[in-house]
Amino acid sequence: MSGYRLDHGGDIDRDRPIRFRWEGRHYTGFVGDTLASALLASGVRMVGRSFKYHRPRGLIAAGLDEPNFIVQLGRGARTTPNLKAPYVELYEGLDAAPVNAWPSLRLDLLAVNELFKRFIPAAFYYKSFMWPNWGLFEPLIRKAAGLGTAPALADPDHYAQTSAHIDTLIVGGGIAGLAAAHHAATSGQSVMLVTGGRHWGGRLAGTSDMVEGKPARIWIKDVLRTLGAMPNVTLMTRTIATGHFDHGMVSLCERLTDHLPPTEGSGPRQRLWRVRAGELILATGAIERPLVFRGNDRPGVMLAGAARAYLHRHGVVAGEDVVVATTNDSAWYAAFDLAEAGAQIVGIVDVRAAPSPALIERAQRLGIALYLGMAPAEALGRRAVRAVRIGRISHSGRIEGATRTLRCDLLLMAGGWSPAVHLHSQAGGRLHFDRRLNGFVPEPAGGYRCIGGAAGDFARYSTLAAARGQTAEQRHGPIHATLWSISQNGAPDAQAWVDFQNDVTAGDIALAARENFRSVEHLKRYTTLGMASDQGKTSNVNGIGILGDLLGKPIEAIGTTKFRPPYDPTPFGVFAGHRVGDGLRPRRHLARHDWHVARGAALDEYGGWMRPAAYPQTGESEADAVHREVLAVRSGVGIFEASPLGKIEVKGPDAAAFLDRMYVNRISTLKPGRCRYAIMLGENGTVFDDGVVTRLADDHFLVGTTSGHAAAVTEAFREWLRCEWTTMRVLVEDVTACWAVANIAGPKARALFRALPTDIDASGDAFPHMTARIGHIGGAPARVARVSFTGELSYEIAVPWRRAGDLWDALVTAGAAHALTPFGVEALMTMRIEKGFLHVGADTDGTTLPQDIGFGEIMRKKTDDFVGRRSAHRPDGLRPDRRSLVGLETTDGNAAPLTIGAHILPAGTGQPRPSDGWVTSSAWSPTLGVPLALAMVERGQARMGETVPIWDLGNWREARITDLCRYDREGTRLDG
Amino acid sequence: MTRYSAWSLVRAGFSGQRTWAPAWRDAAPRKRYQAVIIGGGGHGLATAYYLARKHGIRDIAVLERGWIGGGNTGRNTTVIRSNYFFPQSARFYDFALTLYEGLSRELNYNIMFSQRGMWSFAHDRHGVEMLRRSVNAMQLNGVDAEYHDGDTVRRRIPGLNPSPRFPILAGLLQPRGGTARHDAVAWGYARAADGLGVDIIQNCDVTGFDIREGRVVGVQTTRGNIATECVGMAVAGHSGVMAERAGFRLPIISYALQAFVSEPLKPVLDTVVLAPSTGTYLSQSDKGELVIGSALDLFPSYAQRGSLPVLEQTAAGLIDLFPQFSRVRLLRQWAGIVDVVSDSTPILGESPVKGLYLNCGWGTGGFKAIPAGGFCLAHHMATGAAHPLAAAFSLDRFRTGALIDEAAASGIAH
Amino acid sequence: MLLIPCPWCGPRAENEYRCGGESPIVRPADPTATDDDAWADYLFYRDNAKGLSFERWHHQWGCGVWFNVARDTVSHQILAVYGITDPRPLLESGA
Repeated sequence: MSGYRLDHGGDIDRDRPIRFRWEGRHYTGFVGDTLASALLASGVRMVGRSFKYHRPRGLIAAGLDEPNFIVQLGRGARTTPNLKAPYVELYEGLDAAPVNAWPSLRLDLLAVNELFKRFIPAAFYYKSFMWPNWGLFEPLIRKAAGLGTAPALADPDHYAQTSAHIDTLIVGGGIAGLAAAHHAATSGQSVMLVTGGRHWGGRLAGTSDMVEGKPARIWIKDVLRTLGAMPNVTLMTRTIATGHFDHGMVSLCERLTDHLPPTEGSGPRQRLWRVRAGELILATGAIERPLVFRGNDRPGVMLAGAARAYLHRHGVVAGEDVVVATTNDSAWYAAFDLAEAGAQIVGIVDVRAAPSPALIERAQRLGIALYLGMAPAEALGRRAVRAVRIGRISHSGRIEGATRTLRCDLLLMAGGWSPAVHLHSQAGGRLHFDRRLNGFVPEPAGGYRCIGGAAGDFARYSTLAAARGQTAEQRHGPIHATLWSISQNGAPDAQAWVDFQNDVTAGDIALAARENFRSVEHLKRYTTLGMASDQGKTSNVNGIGILGDLLGKPIEAIGTTKFRPPYDPTPFGVFAGHRVGDGLRPRRHLARHDWHVARGAALDEYGGWMRPAAYPQTGESEADAVHREVLAVRSGVGIFEASPLGKIEVKGPDAAAFLDRMYVNRISTLKPGRCRYAIMLGENGTVFDDGVVTRLADDHFLVGTTSGHAAAVTEAFREWLRCEWTTMRVLVEDVTACWAVANIAGPKARALFRALPTDIDASGDAFPHMTARIGHIGGAPARVARVSFTGELSYEIAVPWRRAGDLWDALVTAGAAHALTPFGVEALMTMRIEKGFLHVGADTDGTTLPQDIGFGEIMRKKTDDFVGRRSAHRPDGLRPDRRSLVGLETTDGNAAPLTIGAHILPAGTGQPRPSDGWVTSSAWSPTLGVPLALAMVERGQARMGETVPIWDLGNWREARITDLCRYDREGTRLDG
Repeated sequence: MTRYSAWSLVRAGFSGQRTWAPAWRDAAPRKRYQAVIIGGGGHGLATAYYLARKHGIRDIAVLERGWIGGGNTGRNTTVIRSNYFFPQSARFYDFALTLYEGLSRELNYNIMFSQRGMWSFAHDRHGVEMLRRSVNAMQLNGVDAEYHDGDTVRRRIPGLNPSPRFPILAGLLQPRGGTARHDAVAWGYARAADGLGVDIIQNCDVTGFDIREGRVVGVQTTRGNIATECVGMAVAGHSGVMAERAGFRLPIISYALQAFVSEPLKPVLDTVVLAPSTGTYLSQSDKGELVIGSALDLFPSYAQRGSLPVLEQTAAGLIDLFPQFSRVRLLRQWAGIVDVVSDSTPILGESPVKGLYLNCGWGTGGFKAIPAGGFCLAHHMATGAAHPLAAAFSLDRFRTGALIDEAAASGIAH
Repeated sequence: MLLIPCPWCGPRAENEYRCGGESPIVRPADPTATDDDAWADYLFYRDNAKGLSFERWHHQWGCGVWFNVARDTVSHQILAVYGITDPRPLLESGA
């Protein structure tokens, strides 16, 4: 038994007990408790094991700076690793366990590591485990490392995100933040005030310290009541400001349900706020530093400020026999409060020989023994502190002369305060070292203010003045002795802990310095100082101070490492927010999605669109279905939804001239009502897109793009127009999603089209190939083009998206007489491979030049410049041995199509070696009864008829290089 | 120099670990060196090491503006792989990987190269085709690569989302890929180079060049002028800044690339995973942290700090792969500044100034190339001719158009 | 997250925009008559300034306007916003 609960005081409800479990054992706390406060009140002292040596550890802090009491909370899908117990609020049934001990905290087997401590100092692993190889040792190291366990199941909770624009955002709910909020709100501004935990008032919460003539707890309650009644004020508890980003953006993580039993929470678990404020005030307080001395990590050694917080917030006295060791005034008040609460203060050990007379007088009044000019030499005890050895301390931090032993079960340490400058530093703010305070304090920066402890101002009067936008001289603040570590013999002590969680000692810092890891970043990386889950909140400044002492350099010459977001570890889920599942990238659906599904379509995602791959009937494989669909189109008529085909309207007096500059092909010679296939390059000369350009009128074009590429082409058009050819009068609009498109293809397509209720004349030669007509189908406006990607007579019919149903109804009705067959993307691809039609993005990649795909001649004939032309004619583009697109037919008697992505090797090689090219498209041709493929092959066009070996994952095939087009070379089928 | 071993640790243990010598000396700059290397990151230190070890040139200074390993060497996600498409890249990066495989013992410094395999996935039909194309290219280029279907991928990587937004249809595994301890690579090379007599000079910024008749004759630094006729520049992230001081421009744009680590967890991921759909990739460090990366920030930057939009995207990509990591917490985010070149291939070799050699343009992947980048730069500096492995990476390719466009070849553009 | 003042819409968050790189990049008037070196310079070579940088941005998920921005590439501070054909303003880097 050590810590215990008072029968009064603290912001807890003693009438509402809460039962919870720790390490499988039952305990009881109260509403208002945290896991840390409830266990402290229950007398539990050892609460964790350290990362490396598995030393027994106790609670040292009352906030997010806690390095030792790290827990695994809950079980199953909601289990959460690595939570800091001072921030885990109790709820009925809470079940928590330590993270770094097996089988239990008491019997932790890896505690054996400590026996080898002298052989495994910081960074020992760089010097060892090389023989025979690292792989032999690594699994053991990995198993021993790590803190908690990740859940094994998907997170059942969801997370919200929101943005806020506000006049004033104040981070920190201590008296500085409260006063600043009150001041800003009184002037009518919208104010948001956030605090990380459940309490308001920061370190003064629950205390009787006087603030403007009132006990702090009354002052806090009064201000809160006022703020709560103001409609322009938003008060948020359980909200941590995690990051301070460019241009003043602050991210907040609000915990909405973590304090409730998992079954009771509804709605999102946490919410990410992105806040932009006209004025930002950082009132984040300060973090108390431990003293660095031998055994300072024993359970029962605690930060003085933390003991005071547990007393006032939770009514818990952290120990019965208390020694307080300090470098400054603040710990004296902890001693006074604990004494008044009934604890036995064995003594105050202050490194200063002459603290202020007022403190001494009050201590004497309380009967507290004083040990001035002295410091703790060593905390004694194993699983808990039982005594402390103290002695005279020299200026260099060395214990001199005889020591004496004070028995205690609680040793409070107070090494001074470090302003919580994290948010300031994240935004690029600079720091300077304040010698009076012994801490790094923020330099004034643009765009926000730091006040109170965060600014290194520990005086109430000046803090409140700053909160109200006034300046006041700090009347008094803590006067610190400089003491970064306490040693027995002058050498940094390898048994004095600096970073508790990562097990970094003063001796480790000396080792790093000895080995020339003297930059503060080297020190951090070499020893892992400050890299634990508290990110060095209690350890960084001590570490820097010790390094400065070792190097004989002032601490400001050492500097700090960078403070990185987030302020406290934050779940990935809250950053992902709604971007889970389909929310990550919504799938796009076709106009006739339901129709396709009703016809048994096997949907797959192509370029972001869910499209029918094929329509397998009962008993059919996808390949069977594709073959049936191809044959149906080749012999009758099929219907394909082509809505994702990009459609861009280009209009204006300079539209034709503009498109001439954008396409390899000449567009300006196109007559209204006619279509032309064209390819477009990037300015680097590579093939960017292809499609059919239709001239609707002299100044009006409809540009087709590949599916899923319309936005990119539109962007490219606009960038050229807005940034380069700014005087061209051209408008560009992507209308892809405005028009649904049915493609009907096959020898019976004309008959089908003519059976539609349309005013477009498709009789005889009235509507030839590569022309377009504007008219109506069933009363809906329609744009119809005679273009073909299958090689068959084909109509591409576009109607307004919402009229797609009518169009399909009309086609199905008229198609009944022609056995109209729906076909999917794979059948379309098979037919275009039979025809040898290029598919940009499949047959080309970002290295393909137009001359590689047979556009050399067209480029030569065009005299004007166009985007990409010059680049395509650099020396590398003129190489005769470039790859070019060719056809392949197999010669190995194997009926299986070649694998797309298989490679073509030089003829005559039977061994793997760098290839001549690769298969870009491949399919079984049901029309020809053979497998067909297209490929990019080095000098391919010059190697017609050559037989080449083909490699695919160790399997060899053989094929002959052929022309691209394998079916209906004359194109007679295009007219039915 | 004390040889590092378990035995030396035990011995030092009996004297309180007080017997260790500095891992490298802090040298003061001399007036003249046979060769000067600008940049004390992995590439610069490796260059110095190989110059000394392979070419017997020991009169070398490595000039580091800040602290060694403090640029991208100490800010990356530590992945080592050679899963490249084109033969030129495959040869080069696989040489780097091979050197990495022997590096701990060569340097007598445990860089903890952990060959836990590197996976990348295909999410749709076209992705499967391109993945297959890559696996075959790697195999034909003599690099280890395996193709696995989606079921095998899920069996081999326990915990993968069974129903992600971007389905995992296939995976490319490079078994020899993995991760190493990034800082140790810099420190290991530094210690070994120092042992061979190289001067490592920290807090020494090169502010200008002495150039006579188009040839470098010295560098001006914040710690005085140094005469030399052979300079290697390995300052990726700031290559444009240094080039400007030498009077020329480069085909490089600097961007911030962010990285993220979680709190330490017990072992939960035993390989390296990349999902091209979201660009998210991750591994688990020996300490237990998930180390996560994703796309570049979208505008040029020299700010080594994180941003919120990329974090949000990355978290979403992570959770699509492993929805159970939603409750795992981000511990730290930061950024490095990377040299982005239009073809995602480095620039190695001569600069417009004679005697000044380039090692830059690493994009997001410089760490994995360190041994080869240093090896080839050292070769060029010592012999005056490009190493055959690096010959295709010359600056001249931007004139001829002979780009080695790995990103384009991966098919992500369409 | 940058807050970028669109000349048409006012200040909007970074993720509504796309950065189009350094501006202006002058396209050679007669590409065919431009030698390979000059063409490479146009395509690839950039100032890539650390500090004050001039670049063009596109309000892609907003009004669609292209405009020029003077921005510090270290502090990310935006120093000026001006029309796409306007000359670069005279500025000192803010960093």
